[in-house]
Amino acid sequence: MTESLNITVDRREGLAVIYTEGYINNQGGEEIAKAAYKLLDEGYKTLLLNLAGTKIVNSIGISILIEIIEKMIEIDGKLGFCCLTPTIEKTFHIMGLAQYAPIYPDEATAVAQMRS
Amino acid sequence: MREVTLALPMIPEMEIEASKTATAIAESIRMSPDRIDEVRMAVVEACINALEHSHASDREVYVTFQVLGEGGDPDKLRIMVRDTGIGFSPDGLEEPTIEGKLKAVRKRGWGLKIIRGLMDEVEILSGADGTTVVMSKMR
Repeated sequence: MTESLNITVDRREGLAVIYTEGYINNQGGEEIAKAAYKLLDEGYKTLLLNLAGTKIVNSIGISILIEIIEKMIEIDGKLGFCCLTPTIEKTFHIMGLAQYAPIYPDEATAVAQMRS
Repeated sequence: MREVTLALPMIPEMEIEASKTATAIAESIRMSPDRIDEVRMAVVEACINALEHSHASDREVYVTFQVLGEGGDPDKLRIMVRDTGIGFSPDGLEEPTIEGKLKAVRKRGWGLKIIRGLMDEVEILSGADGTTVVMSKMR
């Protein structure tokens, strides 16, 4: 029954992209947070979460993403999302996440905008 | 009306099983993929709420799917997620906001807001015998 989350990270100049594959529940959210905080420790202050490989999330997982947003605000960093399913995007809007972490349609747009 | 009921044990990720059944039934009435996705997410949230907050002694969540509509052309899916737990007062819950949650230690508590945002109709029936979330979506 387990739907685990796989994460990969692409470190680029001045920005890191976290790719997710699978269900973002409490464990999945914790995995993303672990990867995000490691990148912050390495000096990255601009993070992009590419959720192309995630088709389902739950509110417990999203609440962990809110913790990451809080941390990014604290350090004056930037967090963005891209490649969301329409339902995940709608859910993020319902919750108001998009006010604090912009949502981009694709990775190229996100990278260009977040670097500017 | 067609009806299917699942009795799911309160174990991690049982919500995924409920969401798979929701998907299959919504597909059978030719609901659009984006709307099916919204139903799936609402079912996941309702099941998680029961799992986390009901304190039901039987440790089960009952999910009933009803296909509604005229004759051979069903156009509505109604889903009831029921537990036999302690119940709660939906009117007593504060509506979460991102501004409030960013400052708060506890960042959870979004389930009902998400369900209301994704489904066409939502009703919460709760009392000493448990809670039932009744939610519907047109095809």
